[in-house]
Amino acid sequence: MTVQQVIEQDTPPTDPRRESHARAWRAHGVGFVVKVILMGVVNALGIMAIISALSVQSWLLVGVTTILLIAADIVYFTRRALPLKYLMPGLVFLLVFQVFVFGYTAYIAFTNYGTGHAGSVEQAVDAALVQGERRVEGSATYPLTVVERFGEYGFAINDGGDVRVGTETQPLQDAGSASGAEAPASVDGWTVVPRAQLLTDQEVQAAIEALRVPVSDDPNDGSIRTRDGSSGLVYTPTMLWDADARTITDTVSGTVYTADDTTGSFVAADGTRLPAGWYVNVGFDNFLRVFTDASLAGPLLSVTVWTFAFAIGSVVISFGIGLVFAIVFNDPRVRARKYLRTLIILPYAFPAFMSALLFRGMFNAEFGVINDLFFFGSQINWLGDPWLAKAAVLWINVWLSFPYWFLVCTGALQALPKDTLEAAEIDGAGKWRQFRAIILPLLLVSTAPLAISSFAFSFNNFTVIYMFNAGGPPIPGAPYSLGSTDILISAIYRVSGVAGGAADYGLASALSIIVFIVVGIISAIAFRQTRKLEEYQ
Amino acid sequence: MSTTRTPARRRRWWLEVGWKYFFAAIVIFYAVFPLVYVLSAALNPRGTLSGSTALFSSFDLANFAALGQTSYWTWVGNTLLIGGISAVGAVIMGAAAAYAFSRFRFRGRRVSLTTLLIVQMFPQALAFVAIFLMLLAIGEVVPALGINSKLTLICVYLGGALGANTFLMYGFFNTIPIEIDESAKIDGASHAQIFWRLIMPLVMPILAVVALLAFISAFGDYILAKIVLTSEDNWTLAVGMYQWVSNQLASRWGLFAAGAVIAAIPVLALFLSLQRFIVGGLTQGSVKG
Repeated sequence: MTVQQVIEQDTPPTDPRRESHARAWRAHGVGFVVKVILMGVVNALGIMAIISALSVQSWLLVGVTTILLIAADIVYFTRRALPLKYLMPGLVFLLVFQVFVFGYTAYIAFTNYGTGHAGSVEQAVDAALVQGERRVEGSATYPLTVVERFGEYGFAINDGGDVRVGTETQPLQDAGSASGAEAPASVDGWTVVPRAQLLTDQEVQAAIEALRVPVSDDPNDGSIRTRDGSSGLVYTPTMLWDADARTITDTVSGTVYTADDTTGSFVAADGTRLPAGWYVNVGFDNFLRVFTDASLAGPLLSVTVWTFAFAIGSVVISFGIGLVFAIVFNDPRVRARKYLRTLIILPYAFPAFMSALLFRGMFNAEFGVINDLFFFGSQINWLGDPWLAKAAVLWINVWLSFPYWFLVCTGALQALPKDTLEAAEIDGAGKWRQFRAIILPLLLVSTAPLAISSFAFSFNNFTVIYMFNAGGPPIPGAPYSLGSTDILISAIYRVSGVAGGAADYGLASALSIIVFIVVGIISAIAFRQTRKLEEYQ
Repeated sequence: MSTTRTPARRRRWWLEVGWKYFFAAIVIFYAVFPLVYVLSAALNPRGTLSGSTALFSSFDLANFAALGQTSYWTWVGNTLLIGGISAVGAVIMGAAAAYAFSRFRFRGRRVSLTTLLIVQMFPQALAFVAIFLMLLAIGEVVPALGINSKLTLICVYLGGALGANTFLMYGFFNTIPIEIDESAKIDGASHAQIFWRLIMPLVMPILAVVALLAFISAFGDYILAKIVLTSEDNWTLAVGMYQWVSNQLASRWGLFAAGAVIAAIPVLALFLSLQRFIVGGLTQGSVKG
């Protein structure tokens, strides 16, 4: 159907003063109905989110959600701001999941957020009191049943004939009476978790062992814990929090820990600290550590150098190979070039993470096919030797990306001005001279911006590095088990501890900011190269 | 005469064209060998690295059958779901934004375009720490948008959708003559009708490319998927299959190979059939490696 037909078919007789179709009921009320329904859903979800944010007193989320919701209603229910109607959905996601997280990264970079400094002062106090909890000598043992409601586990105990039930967040409450001195067999409103499941399901087991149900609202009363899922013991804190003096006193040893707002820890007079702290602004400490902490600076420097080597090497080598192949096969006398091309670009079409995992197996020293077939069965330790691992990673990335350059260069070669080349040939320029003086400079004009963005991509190509060898082999003595094929982004991944281990979000974010700056500089260069801005009307 | 010319001609042919076939054989071996190898490993019932070096020594579908006893198909489903919705969302958002930039002249348009161009240069994955911490906080309020939710991961991917795709589409939208819009407007069509009924069908090729690129990037993402999706039921293929081969001792090589073959074939087919458009798109915008 041609455009003209579409217009004729879909447009009713004209009436210049008609209302917008999104508002009018005549003819195309459907659009309006769809809009109202969609906006109804958006408003309902938004209000739900605001209410639940209010209930946990997360003011930032309340604010952001409210502003976004009001903005959405204004944009879609007024006649003005027509472009915004189209930009809004993408813009909301962009603002929240890209722009905001950049800002948040910068904020975290200036804090000591991480293991041991993960929340507010109140949370740190709670954690300190919990860690200091001891079993009270000679205290009562209660018959106990593990119960569950809405996926949350709780304990029901028999307290001398009364059933009392509670969860991590809800202190024990009366829930009817029990017969005799046995664990409650059933509790109103709760599902009893069968003993069999407690004994076999390790996930449940771990959750139950970690569960502590406060005895009452006063944290000094302690909490109930269980080891076997059938008897509950009372644990009480040996630490005492004095909110006015901002001190925690260890009632056993008598040590007084004072809150120190510059480091976010509770510190005793002799310098010992409680493991639980809160996060505070530490200024440029994280950035300074990157350069001054000797054990960190060395490995990070080698990681940085390798990141550049990897990114530049990947681009230059794969560009070179791609260009050579493109020139060689850009010859009309070679038959079946279409099939040739398809076979050559197969590595590019194969999902990258799978290729990296595949090479992980192929480069295996003992059983890998590469040693077996191409190195006569010798056991070359590709994954374990720093230099060989680097070579292998480069090899993989070149394998992954040379087809892209082959395609790009083929396209660029075909777009070269034929008359210039002919003129050069008539003037007696040889193949090499033609290539150096005409083909390459002209080709670089169109491919340089691509090379820069390809460089930026390789610079942050986490998947290939991590999938192949997880950044290994480890650099001896490096903190956070940094490895010799780690590039900056995979090093940040290790430092951050999001995948387990000790977390240092502050340092990881500081490193992210440094990489952002590097990427920014690269982008600025790319900007000048592409001059894409000039295309704007 | 002809007897002396033919060998000379043949020699010339070899010098100028013939060696290129020989060269092509080497290139194709370099490009295709790993893929042939993974196919061979998938058909080898031993399921370990050792003994899988002899290519196509056996033909056995045991590895493919064994996939059924793992969470593989769940991961395939998750990947398709997450990649599919991300792709559709990215297309709609990118197309809407490109339409606005291409068709409306509003205050701040130039600045917004420039800002978008700058923002898209900073990879979202680098901010993964902040994304992780933000999701922890959101999860306390709206669990459906917290850690370990597929919806969350889709939202995170959509966060990068506008920057990465708008320019690709913007250029294409500009090639659609604005006279089409104008004549439709005179006929009484609203802007929404013009967008959905007229422009969208005309820009189908670029929509398909953006959708495929968004799908492939979701398909291949590891770092964000790994952070967001914590339970095995929610994993994508990238996260799940990494677990299979990351442990050198207990690696399930046969499963990985079979899974890779199954997952790669549709992607390969799509990629090759849309190759022409994709390369055009890639040279204007993003790159894979």
